[in-house]
Amino acid sequence: MIKEYTSVAEVTGPLMIVEKVEDVAYGELVQVTISSGEKRFGQVLEVNENNAVVQLFEGTKGIDTKNTKVRFVGETMKMPLSKEMLGRVFDGRGEPIDGGPKIIADKKLDINGLSINPFRRHHPEDFIQTGISTIDLMNTLVRGQKLPIFSGAGLPHNNLAAQIARQASVRGKKESFAVVFAAMGITNEEALFFQNEFKRTGASERVVMFLNLADDPAIERIITPRIALTAAEYLAFEKDMHVLVIMTDITNYCEALREISAARNEVPGRRGYPGYMYTDLATLYERAGKIRGRDGSITQIPILTLPDDDITHPIPDLTGYITEGQFVLSRDLHRKGVYPPVDVLPSLSRLMKNGIGEGKTDVFHNNLSDQTYSSYAKGRELRDLVAVIGEESLDELDKLYLKFADEFENKFVKQDLTENRNVEKTFDIAWNMISKLPKSELKRIKTEYIEKHYRKGADEESKGKLSRAVEVDGHGDVSMSSVSLNSSLASKGKKKRKAL
Amino acid sequence: MAEKIKGKIGKIAGPVVVATGMKGSKMYDVVRVGKEELLGEIIQLNQDKAIIQVYEDTTGLKPKEPVYSTNKPLTIELGPGILANIYDGIARPLEAIAKMSGDFIARGISLPALDRKKEWDFKPKVKKGDKVEQGQIIGTVKETAVIEHRILVPVGVSGTIEIINSGKMTVDKTAAVIKTAKGKETVKLYQEWAVRMPRPFKQKLAPVTPLVTGQRVFDTFFPIAKGGTAAIPGPFGSGKTVTQHSLAKWSDADVIIYVGCGERGNEMTEVLDEFPHLIDPKSGKPLMERTVMIANTSNMPVAAREASVYTGVTIAEYFRDMGYNTALMADSTSRWAEAMREIGARLEEMPGEEGYPAYLASRLAQFYERAGPVVALNKKNGSVSIIGAVSPPGGDFSEPVTQNTLRMTKVFWALDAPLAYRRHFPAINWLTSYSLYTDELQHYYKKEVAKDFTTMRQEAMTLLQKEAELQEIVQLVGPDALPEDEKLVLFTSKSLKEDFLQQNAYHDVDAFCSLEKQFTMLKTILGFYNRAKQSVNNGAKIGKIATLKVNEKIARLKEQKDFKKASKEIGQEIEQELAKLEKESVRTIGVKQE
Repeated sequence: MIKEYTSVAEVTGPLMIVEKVEDVAYGELVQVTISSGEKRFGQVLEVNENNAVVQLFEGTKGIDTKNTKVRFVGETMKMPLSKEMLGRVFDGRGEPIDGGPKIIADKKLDINGLSINPFRRHHPEDFIQTGISTIDLMNTLVRGQKLPIFSGAGLPHNNLAAQIARQASVRGKKESFAVVFAAMGITNEEALFFQNEFKRTGASERVVMFLNLADDPAIERIITPRIALTAAEYLAFEKDMHVLVIMTDITNYCEALREISAARNEVPGRRGYPGYMYTDLATLYERAGKIRGRDGSITQIPILTLPDDDITHPIPDLTGYITEGQFVLSRDLHRKGVYPPVDVLPSLSRLMKNGIGEGKTDVFHNNLSDQTYSSYAKGRELRDLVAVIGEESLDELDKLYLKFADEFENKFVKQDLTENRNVEKTFDIAWNMISKLPKSELKRIKTEYIEKHYRKGADEESKGKLSRAVEVDGHGDVSMSSVSLNSSLASKGKKKRKAL
Repeated sequence: MAEKIKGKIGKIAGPVVVATGMKGSKMYDVVRVGKEELLGEIIQLNQDKAIIQVYEDTTGLKPKEPVYSTNKPLTIELGPGILANIYDGIARPLEAIAKMSGDFIARGISLPALDRKKEWDFKPKVKKGDKVEQGQIIGTVKETAVIEHRILVPVGVSGTIEIINSGKMTVDKTAAVIKTAKGKETVKLYQEWAVRMPRPFKQKLAPVTPLVTGQRVFDTFFPIAKGGTAAIPGPFGSGKTVTQHSLAKWSDADVIIYVGCGERGNEMTEVLDEFPHLIDPKSGKPLMERTVMIANTSNMPVAAREASVYTGVTIAEYFRDMGYNTALMADSTSRWAEAMREIGARLEEMPGEEGYPAYLASRLAQFYERAGPVVALNKKNGSVSIIGAVSPPGGDFSEPVTQNTLRMTKVFWALDAPLAYRRHFPAINWLTSYSLYTDELQHYYKKEVAKDFTTMRQEAMTLLQKEAELQEIVQLVGPDALPEDEKLVLFTSKSLKEDFLQQNAYHDVDAFCSLEKQFTMLKTILGFYNRAKQSVNNGAKIGKIATLKVNEKIARLKEQKDFKKASKEIGQEIEQELAKLEKESVRTIGVKQE
């Protein structure tokens, strides 16, 4: 027999205190019937011998302290799961909203999940080709990784996420995959964009959507990602599927967390966010991964809109400490009309080196990526310098770097919304760009790779300019001899190839 | 014997449980909470109420469920089988847990840290009738190919050996019986120790030998001593974990304790997968054989995270007492501090700076003070070095955890985001980092590496500092406005940064760099500088010097296995090429003058 209480004593914000309760467990699911007959759900946040503090997912509007009936269900919140979820749309609490029938559970799992034993994890190592150059060459995504997009208001993070979901593939393998989409507090319009996008590409039946929209109760956002990840875990680890989880927008999730914390009068941490936000976020992000001996995997792409583009804000900051890297979108690039506006310098993929190299992409991948990074960084630095002292006072080598940075943004970063570049194409563009720098500058690349891939003639134009410059400056210039050095090396390389 | 204390749960709020009817229990005693007997620890007492932090997820606990006190503080088992193993924050073996509960960690699992079935070959070192003191070695067990596990007389026990066994035995069998003043004491292959209490020793020593890490920026510029303490603060993505991994891989300590405190699960797996395949350059055996791992990832219970650093340092001290040099890597101490903050907040304590508890500074101090070179109770020399990563929010070093850590540690390795963006790894900022051990270690470097090592380090450092000043000028007027000798400073500093300070952790040769090689490389670069300075005085232009072929050879020196031969060749080429250049420039000047 489940007891029904009418002893609601206090209601503050999203919380409600129920008095004289018995046999209530911490974390237990609560069913509330308000005087209008409407049913709501909540969870026990704190309990002692007399009182229970209940957090209501759908808000406390309409709750009174006289007629509200409270039932403690006797178990924690569980999610009914089945493969039939694919292609369906649910609300933020896991109730179907697409007019379809309820899910007949194949299995019911606790939405909080359990931590994966670090000993049983399999480290992620399968290269995912996203068809986006900045990701594939420089911030490679691997299966089982959690790699968030740090964006800002007005930046095309949704397009990027949709493009990744559309194009992501593991090369040479046909395996069953699924996308789990968790929306937290995004607008109806944004949700529609994703829905249409999935429909347009025929991916709909492989997608499970959980939608908590901007006008849905804020507190529900606490459970939406947990439900979504429970579904993902089921599909990945019970049904051997490769699941890509897109969670947007984590910022809204954290706002909801702060709201509850404030209502409980907790001691706030930075900017009013609770001190346990790191741990709380970790319980979401750490649910990505692969397990030894199981075929499936969970790859997460959470989206964060940084308040005021501030990467040191607690939300991106704590996220960055948990996730295995980040893609950072740049407003400058976006203004220049570069899509996807991924600023590679602060971007990072920590698991990249496991997924690339011989047999996966190409032996030189890591070298080429490092070289592109440091050359672009140098070009960007010079831009700042040029702003002060003017381009004329740079030497020829520095001018090459400036050009490199421009070309990098316009030819390499920039690509079409629907352009699916394979990794060979990406490498090709990168080698072409890199070959416009003198060989002696390519310290990050092993000599043998340079010999093999350096494009002769890629920089005819700039070389021509250089030699003219050299004529003027008879004292010799850094770039002059390097050019001659290059051509001699290049011809040697050519001979070698011929000999082979 | 204290009477058995049995109370009941009064209140549950996250990882904090209040139990009533606990009168008589002691602070920091371990308790079993609820029907599932979850492990917890008493952190506050108030009349008959005990406030308990629970090491496992408390979901499902109910008021009035029973709470038992074990009357013992949080202890861990120390004995053979601990090496090459992976534990959670309270020393439960994760491998054995996986066997019990599968791929996910279930609750209420209680398992001994050491395998009770595995047999060890115990070779006694004492005989019947011998007098033994606390901490004395009574015998050994070959635990792994590299480490001989020395069985110690437990602390507080001394007397005469009455029985001494030998041969194959499991850890819980009697190895010896000692007759003491108080009665008979059985010594097993394993012993227990309370993690929050430092293990005793005879005497602390001054640090005089470096912990050679094989990383140029550390060994050459900011060395840490064996028994020293270091902090690595840095924003995310600056390479803290990669640096910690490199240190765990290549440091010349005998035993490495790697504590993953509130960090990523996948990174721990990487260590687990990688270390058994990596070969220790010193012993030629897999690195795993000298490593103990503590993994309390960010999604595992907060209270166990708080305990994990103590578990780690206790294991380090235990091996120190056997006469080994141990090094503890804690990644990251900020997560530990946050665990304290989280629990502090649940206790509704008055917070100190940024919500951290007021005792943050003293806890950090107590932890780092457990490091040091010591004379152990058995008169053997051993040491514990602690290297703590710090993850300051937003990369802001003025926050309390970084600041309080820096007050304790003698080495500061500052990780820098702009360097990391440029893929300059390890991204250690050479201008803000420091080591207070340089003076104490001077003698060692002079004797073991080269007489002029310290002067060369100083010379290189001066160049780098000069470069920083010059860069400010360059930002205003451009590089062309500098005189040639200053351009040479810029050029050499670039070489120091790219060819010496940068080190590729994933390159087969470059990942580890011996002290001798470090010295040779530094000498080569500075040799070039000094020779080129002469050339500049003789009229050579820096533009020309920069294009000499030898530059690329200097850059590739780090990849050379036979660095001695390579550096010799480079030395000759420097001389030849610069001499040639000088002649040419004299000619040009001559032509001009005509």
